[in-house]
Amino acid sequence: MTDQTTTAVGSPAGPTGPARQGHAPSPRDLAARAPGAGPAGPASTRRPDEARRPEEEPSAAQPVLMTGAQALVAALERLGVDVIFGIPGGAILPAYDPLFDSVKVRHILVRHEQGAGHAAAGYAQVTGRPGVCMATSGPGATNLVTPLADAYMDSVPVVAITGQVASSLIGTDGFQEADIAGITLPVTKHNFLVTQAGDIARTVAEAFHVAATGRPGPVLVDIAKDALQARTQFRWPVPFDLPGYHPVTRPHSRQVREAARMMMAAQRPVLYVGGGVLKAGASGDLLALAELTGMPVVTTLMARGAFPSSHRQNLGMPGMHGTVAAVGALQKADLLVALGARFDDRVTGRLDTFAPEAAVVHADIDPAEISKNRQAEVPIVGDCREVIIELLGAIRAEREAGREADLSAWWSQLDAWRATYPLGYDQPGDGSLAPQYVIERIGRLAGPDAVYVAGVGQHQMWAAQFIDHEQPRHWLNSGGLGTMGYAVPAAMGAKVAAPERAIWAIDGDGCFQMTNQELATCTVEGIPIKVAVINNGNLGMVRQWQTLFYNERYSQTDLDRPEEGASAGTRIPDFVKLAEAYGCAGLRCEKAADVDAVIRQAMEINDRPVVIDFVVHRDAMVWPMVAAGTSNDDIKVARDMAPDWDVTE
Amino acid sequence: MSQPPARLREQEASATRHTLSVLVENKPGVLVRIAGLFSRRGFNIESLAVGPTEHHEISRMTIVVNCAEHPLEQVTKQLNKLINVLKIVELEPSVAVQRELLLVKVRADAETRSRVLETVALFRAKVVDVAQDAVTVEATGNRDKLDALIRVLEPFGIKELVQSGMVALGRGSKSITDRALRPLDRGAAAQ
Repeated sequence: MTDQTTTAVGSPAGPTGPARQGHAPSPRDLAARAPGAGPAGPASTRRPDEARRPEEEPSAAQPVLMTGAQALVAALERLGVDVIFGIPGGAILPAYDPLFDSVKVRHILVRHEQGAGHAAAGYAQVTGRPGVCMATSGPGATNLVTPLADAYMDSVPVVAITGQVASSLIGTDGFQEADIAGITLPVTKHNFLVTQAGDIARTVAEAFHVAATGRPGPVLVDIAKDALQARTQFRWPVPFDLPGYHPVTRPHSRQVREAARMMMAAQRPVLYVGGGVLKAGASGDLLALAELTGMPVVTTLMARGAFPSSHRQNLGMPGMHGTVAAVGALQKADLLVALGARFDDRVTGRLDTFAPEAAVVHADIDPAEISKNRQAEVPIVGDCREVIIELLGAIRAEREAGREADLSAWWSQLDAWRATYPLGYDQPGDGSLAPQYVIERIGRLAGPDAVYVAGVGQHQMWAAQFIDHEQPRHWLNSGGLGTMGYAVPAAMGAKVAAPERAIWAIDGDGCFQMTNQELATCTVEGIPIKVAVINNGNLGMVRQWQTLFYNERYSQTDLDRPEEGASAGTRIPDFVKLAEAYGCAGLRCEKAADVDAVIRQAMEINDRPVVIDFVVHRDAMVWPMVAAGTSNDDIKVARDMAPDWDVTE
Repeated sequence: MSQPPARLREQEASATRHTLSVLVENKPGVLVRIAGLFSRRGFNIESLAVGPTEHHEISRMTIVVNCAEHPLEQVTKQLNKLINVLKIVELEPSVAVQRELLLVKVRADAETRSRVLETVALFRAKVVDVAQDAVTVEATGNRDKLDALIRVLEPFGIKELVQSGMVALGRGSKSITDRALRPLDRGAAAQ
């Protein structure tokens, strides 16, 4: 260790430190790791070059001369960034030099940029603060496209910093040049190309502001290499230059009063709750609203945990794989109060038959969502928390004026559906493991304090259905884009954000094979996530559709080639060996009797990541189901089995 | 241009032409943000004209779209979400001056020249270039007038023509840039 450099760029003046002063937090700082669990990483060495620390804290009035790269790191530090997920490369390399010295920002070296993007999203979904990822130009940047598109669809605040070739090379097809701002235009809330060192600090500040405010979303900042290298005067704070950006958060009170009036007059109202409620931090207010009004609540895939699953008024998830009670409630309602939801096709089914008798109150922070798919009678533009708080006041006023509907007939109908068509599943007759049982047991044993992160497909739906989601920001998944491979890196980001919580990735064997390289990151960086691979040997959801709609012709959905009659397949790859190769604990479970013990065993291991290969029945299907393009009225509770809507208790 | 999605085709029956004046920040890439939004959301741009305004930091786009009322509201909301868009105003034809520019090169030999010039005069257009066997005519006006001019010139033989997108200003003394400018003066501090 020849470290003679001092503290991070632009950090508050302090005594010029001895050797360790300039160290980034140890990878082990953020996640508990048993002593002696592994050798400490090689000690990093510092170049004893120029002292980078400015003598005084820069301010708007007293700028400090530094490079664009130093300004970037200084700005990130001042924006409160504590973690960056990324991979260096040629164009972004100047930024990695001052990053090496930052004591405030921990950089986690991932194995693929897609992992960096999803990890940033996982971090953001747990904390509510923007997650940050970093990549170089060209392929580094294009590898971020999928996670950016994912974050865009699910309104997750992510800031991506990418290096770009030097401005003199832009447009010449230079080495590793890609027009990433152009490429990500349709999948980011906004993006920037910075070619002047003097614009870096302001642009990064703007990027965080845009990502985190209004309807959150991903923002990309592409910085030319020469801008990172050039010298500039760093000022802080730096004024924004965003004249066209004014998100509306305060709802119009007349609209709120009208909504309250309709809510108190409705005979069959439903609170249709989407992810916007979580983003607004409005779960507590929603609970108050539900209990004040006595209205039934449905929580979309993105909103699981916004309202406790165990609450009597929660009918479950609506949509393609929603409960009969939740789907039926929307279809028969006379009033939908949509809060931070966007009438996605997976919720509405065939749009022209969706909730045919319902008037719609639609509150959303994004005016473009209102009346996009379904005309709203009462549009309310605003932050869900502010909307709900105002609604509470307006409803109390309505009730004081003696206006309140009797919902008992509606509830007896809803309870009848709920009692007759509960969620359920069959145990396979051949003694193999039911995937739903595995997921249900994980939910029970790990409990409501664990964070559950799903991939995309059958296991995602079962995790949404069979785990009790009691708390906000404890359920992460890729809802809008449906990105297979989301779970492992997002779980990694979640664990970094909340090291004290157990993080369970519930993944499919198809999904897991798309991004499991980040297990190496988890092991090396000391991020002990738990991954339950629900291994049915095939692309389960696609196969389910082939079963139902393509005459059981299983074109390209088998991931392994099982011997005739064998359920275990060929084990390619062998997930236990794969886990061990990555330095994780690898466990396997093939029998229902072993499930609890294996889960408990995994819960005991906290010094490294754990992967459990749950070998499950290959033909299990997700029910209920509304087939794509059909009406919610045609929901099936099992194959060829439609519910009787007229059932009474 | 291309076939719109079925969702929008169904509404074409009630489609009408709308003129949007869009004030945007004068920054690189803004045009592609606007054009890209139209194409990816399945809206067809009939014409688009863009140029500087009286304020150097603001450009003004005049976009003509052919769509029904509901999709127009949707595209306006989506446009408003673009960070570089400052303001959008729909200009009703009855309360706005709308103009397009036409340059047309018409065959005009010794025999037909006088009749071509007569037509040009009738339409209050002007000849801006003369060659042995052709004249180039410049005309401004609304679409109907320019269409009529083209129809009348056609028999002489049109060698080539080019038309600008429509530009439009609301009638009266009010300016849509006044209020849009105000936020430009105001910089919110980071943090």
